[in-house]
Parts: sequence; structure tokens; C-alpha cells
Amino acid sequence: MIVIQGSNMAECHPVGFQWVMEAKLRGAKIIHVDPRFTRTSALADIHVPIRAGTDIAFLGGIVNHILQNDRWFEEYVRHYTNAAVILDEGFEDTEDLDGFFSGWEPDRGQYDNSTWSYAGTGPVAAGGHKEQGAAVSGEQAHGAHGITLERGRPPQEDETMQHPRCVLQVLKRHCSRYTPEMVERICGIPRELFLEVAEALCENSGRERTGAFCYAVGWTQHTVGVQYIRTAAIVQLLLGNMGRPGGGILALRGHANIQGSTDIPTLYNILPGYIPMPHGHSAGSLDAFVRSNAPETGAWGSMKAYLVSMLKAWFGDAATGRDEFGFGWLPRIDGDHSNYATFDRMLDGEVKGFFAVGENPAVGSANGKLHRLALSRLEWLVVRDTTMVETATFWKDSPEIETGELRPEEIATEVFFLPAAAHTEKDGSFTNTQRLLQWHRKAVEPKGDARSDLQWIYDLGRRIRRRLAASNEGRDRGILALTWDYPTQGPHGEPDAEAVLREIGGRRADGTFVARYEELADDGSTSCGSWIHAGICADGVNQAARRKPGGEQSWVAPEWGWAWPANRRILYNRASADAAGRPWSERKRFVWWDERQGRWTGHDAPDFVAEKPPGHRPQGGAKGMEALRGDEPFIVQSDGRGWLFVPTGLMDGPLPTHYEPHESPFPNPLYEQGQNPVRQRFHRRENPYNPTFPDQGWEVFPYVLTSYRLTEHHTAGGMSRSVAYLSELQPELFCEVSPELAAERGLEHGGWATIVTSRTAIEARVLVTDRIRPLRAEGRAVHQVGLPYHWGGRGLVTGDVVNDLFPLALDPNVHIQEAKAATCDIRPGRRPRGPALLALVEGYRRRAQGRGTP
Amino acid sequence: MSAVPETAARQPRAWPGAYGDEARPRVGFFTDTSVCIGCKACEVACKEWNRVHDSIQGFSGSSYDNTLALGANTWRHVAFIEQRKPAALDGEAAADSLVQLAARRQLADEAGVETHEGEGIRWLMSSDVCKHCTEAACLDVCPTGALFRTEFGTVVVQEDVCNGCGYCVPACPFGVLDRREGDGRVWKCTLCYDRLRDDQEPACAKACPTDSIQFGELDELRERADARLAELHAAGQGEALLYGADPGDGVGGFGAFFLLLDEPEVYGLPPDPVAATRRIGGVWSAVGAAAAALAAGIAAAFLGGRR
Repeated sequence: MIVIQGSNMAECHPVGFQWVMEAKLRGAKIIHVDPRFTRTSALADIHVPIRAGTDIAFLGGIVNHILQNDRWFEEYVRHYTNAAVILDEGFEDTEDLDGFFSGWEPDRGQYDNSTWSYAGTGPVAAGGHKEQGAAVSGEQAHGAHGITLERGRPPQEDETMQHPRCVLQVLKRHCSRYTPEMVERICGIPRELFLEVAEALCENSGRERTGAFCYAVGWTQHTVGVQYIRTAAIVQLLLGNMGRPGGGILALRGHANIQGSTDIPTLYNILPGYIPMPHGHSAGSLDAFVRSNAPETGAWGSMKAYLVSMLKAWFGDAATGRDEFGFGWLPRIDGDHSNYATFDRMLDGEVKGFFAVGENPAVGSANGKLHRLALSRLEWLVVRDTTMVETATFWKDSPEIETGELRPEEIATEVFFLPAAAHTEKDGSFTNTQRLLQWHRKAVEPKGDARSDLQWIYDLGRRIRRRLAASNEGRDRGILALTWDYPTQGPHGEPDAEAVLREIGGRRADGTFVARYEELADDGSTSCGSWIHAGICADGVNQAARRKPGGEQSWVAPEWGWAWPANRRILYNRASADAAGRPWSERKRFVWWDERQGRWTGHDAPDFVAEKPPGHRPQGGAKGMEALRGDEPFIVQSDGRGWLFVPTGLMDGPLPTHYEPHESPFPNPLYEQGQNPVRQRFHRRENPYNPTFPDQGWEVFPYVLTSYRLTEHHTAGGMSRSVAYLSELQPELFCEVSPELAAERGLEHGGWATIVTSRTAIEARVLVTDRIRPLRAEGRAVHQVGLPYHWGGRGLVTGDVVNDLFPLALDPNVHIQEAKAATCDIRPGRRPRGPALLALVEGYRRRAQGRGTP
Repeated sequence: MSAVPETAARQPRAWPGAYGDEARPRVGFFTDTSVCIGCKACEVACKEWNRVHDSIQGFSGSSYDNTLALGANTWRHVAFIEQRKPAALDGEAAADSLVQLAARRQLADEAGVETHEGEGIRWLMSSDVCKHCTEAACLDVCPTGALFRTEFGTVVVQEDVCNGCGYCVPACPFGVLDRREGDGRVWKCTLCYDRLRDDQEPACAKACPTDSIQFGELDELRERADARLAELHAAGQGEALLYGADPGDGVGGFGAFFLLLDEPEVYGLPPDPVAATRRIGGVWSAVGAAAAALAAGIAAAFLGGRR
């Protein structure tokens, strides 16, 4: 059974969807939960229409169904999750505090999470209680990698799971309000349909069967996005669907290699392999950093080995124990430097220069106008892309030129456009949703001045190092100490990508390649650019380039490419066996304890210490992996358990709970508190918000607005609007509306409509379709307007920028925008041109403020 | 299905016979629309490989279909059909198809019975292509020999021979053949003749992520299709049917046939296509009879004149 929710998998991941179709041919049931009936729904067994932005209520309803009807996998839950752990006495739930968890600090608009902990353990999050107040994301603020179990190990537990403060009972009470009736009320899903899905999921879970969830940005792009995924994690842990074949929660990434660019991050707050970026406030010694950012137990107990090996890979011989392997040379962060926060400061003139590499924020970011205005305040802008994208030409053809808000002659930004090589024109790897790396080789040389990103960043580094060569400044030492000496090849002097891969994959002191991350040491004797990738060059072979056909190896196909960590194809696969190490069933046999050999074995590489028997109990004071028992499969957690309740790591609560989207035409029937109280907002003139229910003027924007992608185009369009064969397939921006909404607003099929929010108004062709239907929520009909976001002002086919409609309202943990649920109005006809457009939007804003007449 | 009498062999003329030892097994497509996800990778792969001209036509409003039909610049075309699920008469199971539905509605109207609309909706997608007919009328009417039967049993236009006369255009019962504007010549699917000669499968089948387009030897494809149909029927999808898999139909069976989830008309396909040239034999015998009668009359007249 596969539940696809928050994803239009057939359209946005058609290649991956072939495996869903393969599963369907073998009898798997496919369920698609989505506001629209899409190409995914067309191939699913059941389509469940849902009001955009209400998935937690739906999933919470499933949790409630599981718990109320005793459908949970008791043995799995008891052994492998923190269900039995007793919580701190000080913890209070949203159900008791009308939408807030304990620790709410209204003055700061933040939570103090000290009560969200286990009874008898230290209240301080591993990771930076000190940094909690800083404007950094959840990982820094609350510690990403698990609580420090300072007192008492194991934590206080009630094996019977009856203690009123044990996690299972707290969860049961927390979700008890998500009844089928409440799901119907909030989500607009008929209760019979909801129950059909909930039952199907239960029936397809347990010893003999497993079910999987697939999600994408339909879950993440919300002000409670992280908690959507948390709710799914609770469902899957209760049903025993983690670490087992056919189970899991699959994050379908936005486009090819987004996973890779998270693992070796383009993010400001993590280093390769999810090691937190050091913070200026906690600038101390290497040991102090490790102490405050990693738990002592579990796989993260060896963070120092991972970090020191990374420093050795970066700084080579210059990294010695005397200067903490160059830890002090790493840059420090001092606050929120995520994408939107950076543009916010750019608009205030606080950012001088900006590199946009493979990114088109003028089209792809929420509130495009704010972004284009911000770009006009830069001194310089470098855009690297395969085509001339709107971000590079904002100064001459952005919508603000037409409205008169920007004038080219007044923009001082110097723009450099550097043509980039496409993936076919360079060597490298793609990492997919399974963490599987597949190496690809250059097919043709890039044309003209186009160069690979690797060559560009390598050249940039060389130039900077030349400029700094004579510097004695402490701040430059790190840059000068880098091992920046990759061999080059080909007509353009392209760096050898495999040389970079070898640096990432790790070496021993004698220069031979490490086979797995467990080999890494904290004394400088190993180097490894990314600990999770340790072993990708084992035996000197580019393991990611392996291409043994599936028919010539086992069904797990371990010799096709390479998956991090240690080529394990399913994470936490120790959970595919019971506490005693026996497969839960013959049918779902995957990894098990071989008593005769005295080791874990199976179809996959065991995600566990190979020789640790199931009955192992750690000695007091044990650290790292040694500290985990033989029946604790979730090895990157400090306690080896799957977390139903998350004591640390999240900004907005240890349990997920339903909040309405930032802009919503409905109240939250659960609490007086309508929205996620810690959602990130930007209160400024350039980012006006629509009034939300029940604030005055909410009815000026009565419809739910959602955005999405089509198969025929690629994200912000740079790679598809320039290709005729793709452009002709979806040549114009259109909006999808139901026949009922079309009738209500006088929209004509094939004609034009103007969609309005407080930010701007855009125009689109009208596609009236039964595939988008009004739902009944809170006792009244709600209309939804759907808009694919691929168009912009340049290319073979052009159109208005859909993201211009959305506000900057972000998830507090990961700073992602809410572009899947907002409010809008829609009216027939094309939008006004020039300054008249501003007047139209201003008119709406005045009406919403009660200052104008319709 | 067809009123046209069976021809003896149900093999294309000029294949395999004309090729002697060079004849290869007849190949074609089985397009299983029940697993089509409408991604249009086939359309794009076809154009990329064959360098087919682009033609940006604008927003059509016809669901997600903006290329609308097979033509000189579209050799693979994905149709999108949005349907309310077939309705049912009170107390009866839902109709299997819209055609059946229309009949029922009429019946209901006449009898004054209530009908109710199906709850859900259906979105049918189907990748259409040249059928590479066993009896290909286009080929029969081509005066230049530009259209020919290849050693694989497929039907191909030679671009350097076609003179743009356009006789083949009305001969095709599917409207596949089309003259390119500004060029005048006829362009259509070649079943990637160049790829076949290099033992490569056609570009569309290669690109199809869900194996909705299956390429292979025709005999084997027909067996596969029968099995798939039985599977769907067993799973309760009684509306599934094969289109063009029957050598007894009006074109002697398609080289590229389909599994559909509704009647062919719903997809814009003719329900009972017949090769226009089939009746030519009959026409000639009528002409012969008439000529004989005329000759007899003339002879009689002359003979009579002598009298």
C-alpha cells in the first residue's frame, strides 16, 4: 500500500512513479490525498480530496483511529519507540492550553522547550540551549541530534504504557479530538472515505504487510510543514512501517539532486553530513562544540571523529591537533542567514553582493516582487544558469518596470551573467530520495563560455587565494589552508570530479580508502569530506558508478550505485526484525540476526553494529554506539528509539497539532489559537498579508489558493520555457477552477481570469474542470483555485509569475515558505496594465481594511 | 466487427514476401493506456529523435492537451479525456462506457426513469500514433512509392520521394497522414525506422516511464495484450478493451494497437476503421461488368445495324 499525499508524484516524479505503477501491478493499493484530482489521482485506486493546508488533521485522525481501535503494532511500538517513556511533570499539551504547548513566551514569540523532556533526564537540549534565543533554525536552536540523557539511563519508563504521563497516553489524549467527524469538518473529507483510508492503512500494516508514505513540497511548503511529516512519522511508527521493506516515509525531492545538495549542503546552517555549523555565540573549543552539539550516545556520539575527519579533508596537513585541526578556521554563523531572511536584509540595503547559482528567485520564490525590489538594492549580482533567467534581467523587464516601481536608469546593481554547463556537459552524481548516488559522465563538452559549477567554484577559490596569498589576517587562514589542488583535465581545464569524490569518500593515514564511517577517528588519522559518504570510494572504486543490472543480482540490487550510509538501502533496517532478531514474517524478511555466525545479516547491509546481539545491554557509562541496546534500531537517535514525542529539535512543539494556514478563510475548530504561533513572518510594507479568518476583511479574499507544478515544465521554468518541445505542451499559464466557482464568479472556460492577493494580481487562462471540486468544510462550501507556477517574463512561452501572489510566511524550523495554501480572490478578465495594476491591488487592500467600497 | 470479407492471408502485401531473406519479424506497439500517466515523454522523445518541427499553438482549453491531434508535426499525441464516472440507472450497476451511458440515458428519458451521476471522475490518457495497418490504404494510393512497407512490416514515408500530392491524406481512416505547411510533403511516425535498423527500440517506447508504450514483435505483443486484458477484466475493469488487435478488422489489424478503458470514440478514434482501398477490387469487377455489358451492347448495336 502506498499513500501519496502532499505530492503529485506521477506529474512531478514520473520516472520514480514507474515503481509505484510496478507495485500497483503486483497488487499494491495506491491512495492519493490531494486538493486536486491530478494525473497521480487518475492512476490511484482512491483519490481523497482534501482542503489545502489541513493534512495534520487528516493524519491526526489516522493516529486517533489507530489508537482508539487498538490497531497499533504493539510489539514494535513497545520495543522500538519512546511510547513507554514518562514525560517531565512540567509538560502541558495544546489540548490543555488552548493551542499552546507549555513554555510559550508571548513576549519573545518563542517557546522555552525545557518542559518538553523526559522525566529524569536533563532539560538541556544537546545543542545549544545557549543558542535558543538566536534567530537560527531549529537544528541550532534546540539541538538536532537528540537529548542528553544526563540522569538515569534508560529513562523512566512504564512497560505497560499505562502511566498517564507516558508518551503513548499523552499522544492518545493529544489526538483524541481528531475524530472522523472532526476530520470531515476541517478537511472536507467525508468520514466514510476517511475511514476507508485509515482502515486500508491498518490492514496493510503489521507483521505480514507494510505501507509507505510518499510526500513532496505539498507537505513541506506550509507554516507547519515539518509537523506534517512528524505526523506521518507517528503513523508509521505506530503501524511498524519504519525500517522495513515496503514501508517508510519517502521524501520526493524537488528536482534531481536536491537530496545531494542537502547532504553536502548549500544550506547556511549545516556542514556536510548534517553536522551543525558553529555559531559565533558558542565559539569555543572543538571539544566544547562537540559537547554542546552532539549527544554522547548513538551514531552522533562519534561526531568529533566525523568533524575532525572533515577538517582533515579540507585542510590536509595544515590540520593538526595543535590548532584543533583548523576548527577555529571554520566560518561562524551569527543568526538566520536562510534565503528569505537574506532577501529581507537585502531589501534594507544590508547585503552588498549575491550569487544566484542555479536559482531563479525572481520567479521561484514566494513574493517575487519583494525579491526583485531587493535585487535592485544590491551593488553586484552574479547569476549562473543555463539560460538567461528573469533574475538576471529583473532590471530591465520585471513586472515592476511596467508598473513604474522600478526604473532601469535608477538601478545601480551591476549584474554578471555566467553561462552554466548542464548535467549532460559535466561529470558528477545525482542523489535520489533513497539516498542512492548514481554517477554520471559528461556526454558533450559545454558550448561557448558555459562551464560547470565545479570549475567555476574551483576557479573562484583559486582567484581568492591568490588575492589573499600575502595576508596575515587570522580570518584568511582557513581559506589559505584549504587543500585546493584538484587535478584538471580537458580543453577547459575542468577539475576532476572524481578527485573531489575521493576526498569526500575518505582515506586512512596510509592513503587507502575507508570502507565505512565507523572507521573514522577523532585523532586526525583519517580524512573524510562527509562522514555519511564514507566508503563511497572503498577499494579505490567509484562505487556510485556501479551499474550491475538488476537481473544479475539480488532484488535489493546493492551493486547499482551506492547509498549513504555504508550502502544501506533502507535506514534503520534493524527494525525489520523483532526484538530477538527474527524477521517479523517470512514475507517481509529483510535483515536478521544469524545466531550461528554471531552477526546481523540479510538482503541489505545491516544498519546496526554487525556483531551486537539482540540481547545486548550496555555497560553503565557506555558512549556512542556502545551505549545502545541490541534492540534499539534508530541508531542516530541518542536513545535508539523512534520518537513519537520529540523532546528536542523542533521550534513549534513536541507533538504535531492542526493549525490553519497563515492565510485561511476558516477558524481553527480545535483552539482559539488559529495559526502556528511561532511561524516566521516578515512585517513590512513589501510583504502585506491578507486578513485571515476571523479578522476584519478576510472575506475580501474568500478562496483558497494553491500552487503546483506540471510534468511539462521544470520549476521556475529556466530549463523548460527555453525548450520548444516542452513549451508547446503547456504554452500558457492557466488556473484550474471548478464549474461551481466559474459560475459564481462568471469565469469563462478558455477565457481569462485575474487572481488577486494583497501582494499583487496576475492573469491566467481559465481551465474549468471537475478535477478541482468545492469541498464542504466547517459546514460551508470552500472553493480552491489552482495555479501551476512555471511562467515568467522570458522564454519561448511567457506568463505572469504565480509566486508573486504568495506571502513570506515560513515554517519556523526550516524557513520554507507557505506556497501551498493562501487566500485570494478571482475575477473574470485580464488584469490591468501599468500603474492601474497597483491601483487594483491597493483597492483590495483598502477594502480589506474597511476603508473602501467594493 | 467488419462487414468486409476476410482476405486470405491477413499479412501486409509486400511483407514478408518481397523482402525474401531480408524480411524481419513484424514489429509494432502495444499501447496500454491503463498505465499511461500522461507525461508526454513519448511526444518529446519522438520529436527529439526525429527532429520533428515544433508548433506552439497556445492554450487549447482541452484538458492538458495542447497539441490536439496527430499531424505532420506531432507523430505521437497524448489525448486527455476528463469524465464524470459513468452514471447508473437507479438500482443498476454503473455503465461501462460513455457510449453505453448515452444509450441508457436515452432509454431512461423515454421511460421516464431517474438516473444519477457517478460520484467520482476519471481522467483517461492515451498516447496515439500511426497504426501501421496490415492493409494500409495510404500506401496503396501513393502514386510515387514514397510510402512503402519496410522489412519490419511497418509503413514509412520517404521524405525525398514524397511529392506532396496528398492522396494518402483522405485514404487514412485515422487522419494520421498530414501535409506540413510550407513544405507540402506528408510526415508521420516511421516507428523509428533508423533505430530499428540499429536494433534499437523506437524513441517513444524507450522514453515511456511506465511501459504504457511497449515495443516488440507483433505476435508477442498480441499475446501480452490478451493477458493484460484478462487481468483487468478479472480485477473488475470490465470496460477495458483491445482496439486494433484483431486481424479480422477493417484494416487487417494494426501494427500499433491499444488497450483502451472506454469505447474508441471517446478517445477520438474511429470505432470501425476500414481501409478505403479494400473495396477497390469490388469496384473494378463492377467496372469490368459494366464494360462487358457496354461492349455487348455496342456489339449488339453493330450487329443489329447490319441487319
